[in-house]
Amino acid sequence: MGIRRGHQARPLEWLAEKFIFLVSLSAILMVFLIFLFVAREAMPLFFGEMNTALVQKPIPIADMDKLSPAQLQKYLELTPAQYAAMDKDTLKLLMGVKQEAQDEIPEEFRNDPDARVNTTEWRYLLLPHQWNHYDKPEYIWQPVGQIQKYNIIPLLVGTLKVTLIGLFFAVPLAVGAAIYVSQMARPKTREIVKPTIELLSGIPSVVVGFFALLVMATVLQKIFGYQTRLNAFVAGIALGFAVIPVIFSIAEDALTSVPRIYTQAALALGASRWQTAWQIVLPAALPGVFAATVLGFGRAIGETMIVLMVCSASVMSWSIFDSARSITTTIAAEMAEAVSGGPHYRILFMLGALLFAATFVSNMIGEAVIQRLKLKLEGKS
Amino acid sequence: MITITPPESLPEKAKGRHFRAEKFDFASFFFTALTGLATLFILAILALILLNIFINGWRGLSWHFVSSIPKKDFFDASTTGVLPMIVGTTVRVVVMTIFVLPVGVITAIYLTEYAASNSPITKIIRAAVNNLAGVPSIVFGLFGLGFFINFVGKNMDAALHTPGAVWGQPALIWAALTLAVMMMPVVIVATEESLKAIPSGLREASLALGATKLETVLRVVLPQALPGILTGGILAVSRAAGEVAPILFTGVAYYMASLPHHVTDQFMDLGYHVFVLSTQSPNIEKTRPILYATVLVLLMLTFALNIVAIVIRTRVRKKLRALG
Repeated sequence: MGIRRGHQARPLEWLAEKFIFLVSLSAILMVFLIFLFVAREAMPLFFGEMNTALVQKPIPIADMDKLSPAQLQKYLELTPAQYAAMDKDTLKLLMGVKQEAQDEIPEEFRNDPDARVNTTEWRYLLLPHQWNHYDKPEYIWQPVGQIQKYNIIPLLVGTLKVTLIGLFFAVPLAVGAAIYVSQMARPKTREIVKPTIELLSGIPSVVVGFFALLVMATVLQKIFGYQTRLNAFVAGIALGFAVIPVIFSIAEDALTSVPRIYTQAALALGASRWQTAWQIVLPAALPGVFAATVLGFGRAIGETMIVLMVCSASVMSWSIFDSARSITTTIAAEMAEAVSGGPHYRILFMLGALLFAATFVSNMIGEAVIQRLKLKLEGKS
Repeated sequence: MITITPPESLPEKAKGRHFRAEKFDFASFFFTALTGLATLFILAILALILLNIFINGWRGLSWHFVSSIPKKDFFDASTTGVLPMIVGTTVRVVVMTIFVLPVGVITAIYLTEYAASNSPITKIIRAAVNNLAGVPSIVFGLFGLGFFINFVGKNMDAALHTPGAVWGQPALIWAALTLAVMMMPVVIVATEESLKAIPSGLREASLALGATKLETVLRVVLPQALPGILTGGILAVSRAAGEVAPILFTGVAYYMASLPHHVTDQFMDLGYHVFVLSTQSPNIEKTRPILYATVLVLLMLTFALNIVAIVIRTRVRKKLRALG
């Protein structure tokens, strides 16, 4: 404020202000911590420290001294802290254990080329690979069994598929409703309808998932007559329910914030209500509608429970009536089985970091667009 | 006096033209109806979900159901109950509120009362709050596992020399803290909204009477903003009560024979129970009545609160708009 009160030093007040400031930094700290700790668990993957190859060429114990500490640590799959805590005898013992483990691998895997592959390398995570007994290179996510396959492309496809179905369903409905509520409806109607639609966001996603699983899946199957009862289509529609309030709310705000002068001028010039809404208000608020869609996208790819309950088989298919497994579903369903610190666990965390990055970017874009639109509309009015 | 007469050159038809279009405007009607239908459709879905759950759930609801602790096989309709889930959900949400409310309110106070609105640090805080609101719930779950359990908890165990893992495992406190981080934006945004609704004249009057800034904030601004802060709290509580993904790895248990006694205990949860009942049931037809009843209990807990919050918020917004 403009008034300077220089008459008294107030140490307590000063302290309180600093305290308030420090607390307010916690939001920044949290975003930082989230990224740090999700990425931290995935780190060994990025440095190629994981090795899932079943058959490895054992190094004779006698050759132990020829290895550098770093090589030895990697060979024994130890963390630096674990490695530092061990003396030479323990290490020797571990090398013996490793050798024995190699000797005990069943005969069938010895001649299997798959067993020699480290499936956590990037080319196995991202590119199709022709596994033994397969006719052609394929993308496979199969984190169980002796040879675990971690190709994340089916998960990306599944996520995109479900998300896009959800958006195709939700965007027209939500934007249409936003146009109606902000431009066509009487103020009285508006005051009731807006909070009611926002109520939809108050339904927990596990309840939406439950409803989709028990009621919608059956109804939709009767209408469309497809084979599998639970598929990406049902999940996408249910996801749409969860996203509608988000898109509606932001789009409605953007449409309402278009200055009244615009509308009044258009109406005075003889435009009909619809022409005003379609040709004047909507173009002016279009960035807001775009931002609503982007933020809705961010919300949709992060939604977990709905997709988890409705469909979960990981098939690599673009058909909307096939099942699909999204990234969120995979994390939620498999984390409990993943061994803490193992390759599966690390990859799940990496997927989480990926998800975080994707929503971070879509949030940034959405918010930036809204801010610019706000400035523009305020500046002109 | 000036009288306006239509120029003679105008065609006959235009002379009688007033403000209303003569022809029936088909496009206007069509598109108004279309957007109106979209609105109706959304409302219909909402009504359908609520009615379906209410009608089907009402029958399964009984005092016995909400007040008894189930046996291990909770899919059996006759002996099951949801008391541990109600307790678990309530306790985790209460603990969360204790943590999130002070932090959220203080952040909002800083943003509205102290911060210069275009300083870089304010912008970064705002961006962080917005981003926090958009982080997927499952990522919060991973964060809770990676940070609270594997980092904070494990280090606490090491520091306190506890026998075995006490803190370094899924627990009520970690689930509550994870939710607290997740709900920070909800509290911040709601509080900020209500702080902004307070006329600056009040603050100026207080300052002019010699109150310090802090006194003004504590004694004048905050009491006025109380309904808004309450809304933020209620919204956070109702949202958090229905969240399942963040607690999956941080504290929820599939089954527990007794109620949680300590913050390091695991707990059963209503939302998670709905998930379990609807996906793991050996016989979904038999489970259906208790499933509906459980969903109804969960909805009553979250939805009733949500409606209260929305009513208060609508009032605050009206006040804000009235002040221009």
